[in-house]
Amino acid sequence: MNRFDYVKPASVAEAIAAAAEPGAAYLASGTNLLDLMKGGIVRPSRLVDVSRLPGLDRIERLPSGDLRIGALVRNADLAHDVDFAKTYPAIAEALLSGASAQLRNAATVGGNLLQRTRCNYFYDTASACNKRAPGTGCDARGGDNRLHAVLGWSEGCIATHPSDFCVPLVAFDAVAEIEGKNGRREIAVEDLHRLPGATPELDSALEAGELIVAVRLPAAARAFSSHARYLKVRERTSYAFALVSAAAGLVIDGGRIKEARLALGGVAARPWRADAAEAMLAGARAEPAAFQRAAEAALTEARPSGDNGFKIELARRIVVRALTLAAAGTPARVPALPASPFASVSGEVLHA
Amino acid sequence: MNLSIRLTINGEPRNFVLDDPRVTLLDLLRERLQLTGTKKGCDRGQCGACTVLVDGRRINSCLALAVSHDGADILTIEGIAHGDQLHPVQAAFIAHDGFQCGFCTPGQIMSAIGLITEGQAGCDPERVREGMSGNLCRCGAYAGITEAVLEAQNSLTPAKTERAA
Repeated sequence: MNRFDYVKPASVAEAIAAAAEPGAAYLASGTNLLDLMKGGIVRPSRLVDVSRLPGLDRIERLPSGDLRIGALVRNADLAHDVDFAKTYPAIAEALLSGASAQLRNAATVGGNLLQRTRCNYFYDTASACNKRAPGTGCDARGGDNRLHAVLGWSEGCIATHPSDFCVPLVAFDAVAEIEGKNGRREIAVEDLHRLPGATPELDSALEAGELIVAVRLPAAARAFSSHARYLKVRERTSYAFALVSAAAGLVIDGGRIKEARLALGGVAARPWRADAAEAMLAGARAEPAAFQRAAEAALTEARPSGDNGFKIELARRIVVRALTLAAAGTPARVPALPASPFASVSGEVLHA
Repeated sequence: MNLSIRLTINGEPRNFVLDDPRVTLLDLLRERLQLTGTKKGCDRGQCGACTVLVDGRRINSCLALAVSHDGADILTIEGIAHGDQLHPVQAAFIAHDGFQCGFCTPGQIMSAIGLITEGQAGCDPERVREGMSGNLCRCGAYAGITEAVLEAQNSLTPAKTERAA
């Protein structure tokens, strides 16, 4: 790990001032940043420790009905917040399907949004990587790339965004509240992560020194609470990043879908909102044929970036499964194996 | 740059002056306090061998900067027994052969204490396995670990498990 200056600001304003220096990075819990620093993948010259900033660790219902989640709320605390889990069950399930209990106890909402890709070539400083070292090339192309992107990738970068949490956030129109030297602004979480294009080194739409202070979930997303699921295929049962995942939410009235939300994870450099599939589902009967059509629509633009063509068919099937389970109804409690596609439909008892 | 922090470690308040902000909680415990019960496995948050309780919550101490935890209450494997009397989770690991080589065991035990405190797994072995998935055991003692955690769960929270059952 490189040497760095350590600064512990007492307020958001102080933090933003301290982070104005080139080479500065914000430190929250550090579950991703310290890992990256130990590997020499990132080398900030100054850490601005925002982990104890006051007022950013609250979950509050706003008069509008929106839910405002402070950026320093820990993943585990959010997932186990009774009101949150009841209102946004697919988001709670996504949170609990990510990382390990120890990491979820530490990792923050803001940090989850801004975590870096887990592409092995990004992590290996001996490999060429346009995201880590712009202009050096991409050793993932032609390398071991079965886990890489099938949507939105470029010749310069085929990495995926690893977050589970962000997938249902995008599906349910979450908004990130941001503070920076030019004041406060908001951005849809869907627009927070950038596709690589010719500048894969730019992960997000944040300007240098900007700080996410909260994530807001719109009141309208509560309509999906009784038909919402997150599903995730992993290469081991637990504590693994997604090969492919899907967040699905439905509003069903008399067997017919009034409204649908669908986003995919593990397929692109950002959570992939499937607008065309949502439009196709609206008004359709909640049955397999409609889910199959939606899955086809969601993956229309997909193409392999290497040995990962299988992810396209896998993603279609996970979309169908997620919509099927969402239509069956949100389980009363997050299943023992959160987001597992191998769980029974009720998701209640897996070991019986 | 000298950074002063105060930590309570296994019940004892301690003051530290760190000459380098890079010191992790894990390295502080092992290298500066000789509390080597907490193990350094991967040092990257993947294996769970470094699990300790910070303010009652289990975390990976390898991914925590000591300087960032000023004022925290740290509990390590050295702090859970009362003299010769083992903590119920320690006793359960012995009773159920919840280890072979023992390297991952301090992390497993601290993680199990955290899991039981969190109160999410109850007496469901599937939830226990899922809740313990952040602790790897290269010897593959998982069956014994799950049994040990379930037994400790029963002995530590009898009222709670009755309600859940």
